[in-house]
Amino acid sequence: MDNMQFDLLALLPELVVLGMAMFILLLDLFILPQNRFMIYGLSQFTLFAAAFFTFKTHTPAVGFAFSQMFIDDTLSDVIKLMMYLGTSLILVYTRKYLQDRNLYRGEFYAMVLFGLLGMMIMVSGHNMLTIYIGLELLSLCLYSLVAFDRDNPKASESAMKYFVLGALASGMLLYGMSMLYGMTGSLDVSDIANSIAQQPKSPVLILGLVFVVAGLAFKFGAVPFQMWVPDVYQGSPTPMTLLIGSVPKLAAYAMTVRLLVQGLHPLAMDWQDMLVLMAVLSIIIGNFSAIVQTNLKRMLAYSTISHVGFIMFGMMSANANGFASSFFYISTYVLMSIAGFGIILLLSRQGFEAEEINDLKGLNQRHPWFAFLMLIIMFSMAGIPPTVGFYAKFTVLQAAWQAGFTWQVVLAVLMATIGAFYYLNIVRKMYFDAPEDHTPLTAPVDMRFILSVHSLALLGLGLFPEVLLGVCGHSLLISLQ
Amino acid sequence: MMQADLTSISWLSLAVWLPVLSGVLVLLLGGDHKATLTRWLTLAGSLVSFLVTLPLYTLFDVQDGFFQFEELLPWVPAFNMHYHLGVDGFSMPLVLLTSFTTVIVVLAGWEVITKHIAQYMAAFLIMSGIMIGVFTALDAILYYVFWEAMLIPMFLVIGIWGGPNRVYATIKFFLYTLLGSLLMLVAFIYLYHQTGSFELADYYLLPLSMQAQIYIFIAFFMAFAVKIPMWPVHTWLPDAHVEAPTGGSVVLAAIALKLGGYSFLRFAMPIAPDAAHYFSTAMIVLSLIAVVYIALVALVQKDMKKLIAYSSISHMGFVTLGFFMFSQLALEGAVVQMISHGFISSAMFLSVGVLYDRVHSREISAYGGVVNKMPVFAAFAVLFAMANSGLPGTSGFVGEFMVILAAVKFNFWVAFFAATTLIFGAAYTLWMTKRVFFGNVTNHHVAELSDLNKREFLILGILALLVIGFGVYPQPLTEVMQATSAEFLKHMAISKLPVTGY
Repeated sequence: MDNMQFDLLALLPELVVLGMAMFILLLDLFILPQNRFMIYGLSQFTLFAAAFFTFKTHTPAVGFAFSQMFIDDTLSDVIKLMMYLGTSLILVYTRKYLQDRNLYRGEFYAMVLFGLLGMMIMVSGHNMLTIYIGLELLSLCLYSLVAFDRDNPKASESAMKYFVLGALASGMLLYGMSMLYGMTGSLDVSDIANSIAQQPKSPVLILGLVFVVAGLAFKFGAVPFQMWVPDVYQGSPTPMTLLIGSVPKLAAYAMTVRLLVQGLHPLAMDWQDMLVLMAVLSIIIGNFSAIVQTNLKRMLAYSTISHVGFIMFGMMSANANGFASSFFYISTYVLMSIAGFGIILLLSRQGFEAEEINDLKGLNQRHPWFAFLMLIIMFSMAGIPPTVGFYAKFTVLQAAWQAGFTWQVVLAVLMATIGAFYYLNIVRKMYFDAPEDHTPLTAPVDMRFILSVHSLALLGLGLFPEVLLGVCGHSLLISLQ
Repeated sequence: MMQADLTSISWLSLAVWLPVLSGVLVLLLGGDHKATLTRWLTLAGSLVSFLVTLPLYTLFDVQDGFFQFEELLPWVPAFNMHYHLGVDGFSMPLVLLTSFTTVIVVLAGWEVITKHIAQYMAAFLIMSGIMIGVFTALDAILYYVFWEAMLIPMFLVIGIWGGPNRVYATIKFFLYTLLGSLLMLVAFIYLYHQTGSFELADYYLLPLSMQAQIYIFIAFFMAFAVKIPMWPVHTWLPDAHVEAPTGGSVVLAAIALKLGGYSFLRFAMPIAPDAAHYFSTAMIVLSLIAVVYIALVALVQKDMKKLIAYSSISHMGFVTLGFFMFSQLALEGAVVQMISHGFISSAMFLSVGVLYDRVHSREISAYGGVVNKMPVFAAFAVLFAMANSGLPGTSGFVGEFMVILAAVKFNFWVAFFAATTLIFGAAYTLWMTKRVFFGNVTNHHVAELSDLNKREFLILGILALLVIGFGVYPQPLTEVMQATSAEFLKHMAISKLPVTGY
């Protein structure tokens, strides 16, 4: 009985999110549309409460629940806190957009919270089944969120694409897991590691590994599993693009740590080769394809692919330094992408989607402050100091160099130059061109304020990166011991 | 007692951050509808920023060849990075040049810039702080952050206030420089994994194999050669100069190019001394190509700014030539040349700016007989043209003469080709002066010209005084770098292949 109590305590943040998501879903039936702000407020409150409990129940020791199916360590706590922050920012930035388009409904918030719950389970999954359940919960929420605007044919199309390809990837992941189970006789991550370390390498194990890596790569959007990314990014309503493209990357990272590092570390030599290939290809294809895009969301989709390549640069080093730098890269990437899409949401208004790069023309004359914020975001994505994006690139490159990937690092910096071109192109449109659209930009005060703080944080973290670097490195080291 | 109090102030941090903060202040308080306030605020900020760099000269110990005014604070302990500033005899004059040039640039843009004036002024103030940061950083990553950060305001300055082809020019400028500097970052990562630190002093002491040194030198070369710029990676410069507003051209020519030259002295050569010796012949040949070939290119230019841009490349060839002959005279000559070129090129670009503001053309053929309408201006312009071609008695002569003198000892043919600059330099500069200023008034634009106003007179007057001053009495300049250049050569003479010490 004592045991059960501890189990539930470790799950406290998850329980809070679950309970509140169901409560919000029910409550929405009984309130008038004009009181919907309550739903929004409750969702933000849920995130705050979950953060509070995650922080409060945090201990440096590793806690397990449900016969080791669920793990509560420092890494999972830190990632969850980042997820709450990211989700909270997303809710702030999307509110006006949803209101303008008659999408401001309770289901959206319930769905976002369920998706968050799925991610939290992925992060804390210490058993293949737990991880898979979390992943599916997240994916189902995302599929339906993409199709949320049901009268929008483009959104329905991309939901369909996302669903079909996503289901395929989940299938591959599950297939790989089943092979690993067949060879090791366990679904528990630690047991798998022990079992693999004691047995000779067999083709079935490697085949299982290949499928697992393919499933992970799909969730990240790494080449050659990147085909869905541009279409889904472009076709989805911008808030949903924001949801797909940001916080779930943190969950995918956690899943990679659990599966590849904690579970399949004895096979590191084998998955390392695959990651090297995917990293290099992602950077090349992502950057070159992004250059020719005219649609802002599609360009950001390709830029995401190249960022994923950089993230894999850290992982392919297959050591603590590398994974810590990937973690740092992902945290900064999530911050950057939320801010970038925040600006797009800000420029959109009723009946107008700011989706083309040309829609940014002359932003400096229309609203110098927002142009300045976007400037910081773009230079951060390009990795130009003194923004935090520089340290993200720096950490993964030094990790890859340390692991001996010399020519890959040189290639990556060459590609970073190409990447700089399309980010500069955005800055150029904002600052050097005359505006074509003179509609005044309006946004709620809270959104303006938070977006400003958020974008300036990219600069602040660039000047003083120590805190975030420390948190990422420290939490990963503790969890890998 | 007084002395002790003055030395305890963090002058370098003030020199770096005061202009940046004033820039932010101008952005926050200024605006197009408050243009007068913006201008005076910027001027005050740049003057104060200039004043705080003066103690670097007055309190400088000329006997000390190592770093002075050092400041060391932990910055990013996770990667052992430090906030480490310091100056020696090479960087101190460049810091002063930077803060001084900023004042000039602010004055030069006074009434000329009307579009987004606060952003323009703030960009130059911030850029000034960042460039001083480059000259004073003694931690590799701190240096790199400043080095790259400088690109952002420059990119905007050329792109927003530049000429018709500005977008092409500014993107070319940015990408060229970025590509070079990213390779330098790779070199820093390599050095970090060798030493576990980003301290410059640790890199100086690190023994390196010849192969490693060659790679490091090439990586640094890519970054610095683009910035200087050396032939054949110079092609961004004429584009950027032509399209940039006058202030942008001045900062580019007077300071930004020096970042590359200075960085050779601070990074590439002392970290990889054996590779520097190994590549010295190649570097000298490249420098001579810049001196001779680019001077010939300058001769045929039709656009005044382009001509001065090519002339800058040619003069910077002298700087790299001086570095790689490894003699004290050549080294000091090269640094003097950097400072003097800072004054002369500023003055030349400002002179073109004076004409451009009135006629809105940079073509040589659009002018003729300007002296008839603007006698005072013509007097200044001829002086600067003389200085640019290296007339004795101007600062342009001192550096060139020192380098040529050292070259005679080094190798006759090197000296021979280097000396041709005195002919070619005179040819392209004086020919341009003749076509623009002398003869009869050729068209009604020139006929309507009015002579210098007080502001322009002030700017050009100060520069003229400096050009003649350092030409007649260069002692204050050579004095501060003597100890440093002696130490530098001592370090360069010791091979790093076996264990070595600074």
